[in-house]
Amino acid sequence: MKLSLKPQETYRDDYTFSNSDEAILRFPFPFPEDGYMYSVNMEPHVRGGATPVYDKVFDVDEHYIGDMADRAITLDQDPLRCQVLPHMETAEWDTLELLMESLANDYPEHFSLTKNGDKWHWINRPLEIDQTFTFGRKETLPYDPFEYITRQMQGDFSLQDQRDNNLYMDGGMVTSQADWSLNFDVGMSFHEWHGPVPLAHQAGVFDRALQYLLRLQYGKPVRRLNWTMTANPRLDTSPENYPLWGPEKAAITPENVGHRMCLRVELQTLHRLPRSNAILFSIRGYLIRLEELVKVKKWAVRMHRVIRDLHPQIAEYKGLPRYRQYVVDYFAPFDDGRTLNSGIAAEQDSI
Amino acid sequence: MKLKIEAIATLTPGIRKFTLAPVDGSPLPHAGAGSHVVLEIPGPSRIWKNAYSITSAADAPAYEIMVRRVEKSRGGSAWLHDHAKLGDVLEVYPPQNLFAPQRLAKRHLLLSAGIGITPFLSYVRLAGLAYEFHHCCKPEDEAAFRALLPSGPQMTLHTSRHTLNLEALLKSQPLGTHLSVCGPESFMDMVLATAAHAGWPAAKVHKESFGGATGGEPFVAHMKRSGVTVTVGREESLLDAMEAAGLAPPCLCRGGACGECKLTVLEGVPDHHDHYLSEIEHAANDAVMTCVSRAKTPELVLDF
Repeated sequence: MKLSLKPQETYRDDYTFSNSDEAILRFPFPFPEDGYMYSVNMEPHVRGGATPVYDKVFDVDEHYIGDMADRAITLDQDPLRCQVLPHMETAEWDTLELLMESLANDYPEHFSLTKNGDKWHWINRPLEIDQTFTFGRKETLPYDPFEYITRQMQGDFSLQDQRDNNLYMDGGMVTSQADWSLNFDVGMSFHEWHGPVPLAHQAGVFDRALQYLLRLQYGKPVRRLNWTMTANPRLDTSPENYPLWGPEKAAITPENVGHRMCLRVELQTLHRLPRSNAILFSIRGYLIRLEELVKVKKWAVRMHRVIRDLHPQIAEYKGLPRYRQYVVDYFAPFDDGRTLNSGIAAEQDSI
Repeated sequence: MKLKIEAIATLTPGIRKFTLAPVDGSPLPHAGAGSHVVLEIPGPSRIWKNAYSITSAADAPAYEIMVRRVEKSRGGSAWLHDHAKLGDVLEVYPPQNLFAPQRLAKRHLLLSAGIGITPFLSYVRLAGLAYEFHHCCKPEDEAAFRALLPSGPQMTLHTSRHTLNLEALLKSQPLGTHLSVCGPESFMDMVLATAAHAGWPAAKVHKESFGGATGGEPFVAHMKRSGVTVTVGREESLLDAMEAAGLAPPCLCRGGACGECKLTVLEGVPDHHDHYLSEIEHAANDAVMTCVSRAKTPELVLDF
């Protein structure tokens, strides 16, 4: 299906962001069962599967232009949202190549890449970019290679160096995060940056996940879904800007929860990079207002059960307690007690 | 992927260099410094799978590997020396890297012997790499190796292990140096023991390993509930064999981490390779992760 892009939407101030019916139906709903608990829910990132966002290596959707405009605003206000440590320069070029090749291959109507030895020609039609440069020579690009390409791809990214049987977050582009800070985490090891997560450490989730990722193979990316909730469709829910979005959370009421509250889902993919042996971690976020989500019957029923029964420590970690009851009450009328099929598929073709 | 032998060069009487190019001219996956490829080599009774370091540059249009003829070998290296010819097409698995250089190292001490030179040929090609490199070889091979190696004060070629004073070398390295070693097991063992004795921390010492092999001795698994018996071949996983037999066992990560594919073992002793079960659970031997684990007994009976 041809991808059509919406004109620029906003993710702050007047929040003009909304999902078309097509975008709602392809939303990566994260709950295959009626309950939720942490697990090592990783699987090979192969094309196709439970949700259409698995069809491409890196998914681009109708919100592309607005996402990139919002990233530019955030970077303008806080350049430290993009940082790469000096020993990761090879990984920067690896990232640029992987993203350009994937986009050009999966969306040829929007992106194209032509290589003539190390002389490359990149065209990004939605953002009206036409760039020739020399691969490996950063002075031939307007930004360093990692920043250059991640200013043109939806979702956040981090770069992990592998050493001492561990992974270190030695770079990233993070402007649409669920309340974590690259500037704080940069240089941390796998267990350090996951330190704040409750319950999962004791269950050994991070020990097993690290062993799995240390063995991640080139050409065999893996994926998982993660989720949280956000008041208003705001991409930049960073610790640095908590004074801006904290009050918006406090302003959620039973009357406005359906319109303002969003389920925020991250399609996380991990890719071994060939030259540097680093790992590229892509955190591709999707937002959906609750009033959009209930247009899919199965999801409305399941959301009621998952949020109602969520472990209190997970709810606390995800910042839900203040409005959790409003969310449960919002979904309760949709839950008629029916038995739902396992899996995340919408199970309806139209809205 | 199918690669054809595009060039063969004899470097020494025991070492040949092969250039492997894509059959259809398409670009190859990049092979970063330290990468290896696994070749499927046709043998009279079975297919050999041998791993070789890639010595060509990451962006090269073809892979170069060097193959030493293993003495008394009846396997892959003998075939590559005695039978391989230009134009032969081999099945080659995409490159993997288990010996990548440490990017944070201020300095690298590279020690190799004989065919162990191969991963370091890609290391020394990296721009700006600060290194000291010692390679040991037989006197008759000196000229061949010298032609492959960079020249300069950072490079020393030894025609006898006795001219290499390992202890003095390892004791005189500046802090922040990483040691990487590749060669025959006896050489690597000697270097590692000397390094440990000289007080090198384990995290600063790296040994070439192809590892990652999921294969092993074939075994038979009986599925008690479904009544299906599968033979798990040398190069496939128990999970692969079950799927090939038309079963749909649970699985997710296919890497021994998520726990999804755990099955109860009713008889036999599993050979555990997963990171999911605890040491106590491994010792109990009553469960097996089908994606990576195998069998220590000729047969397993599983509750599936």
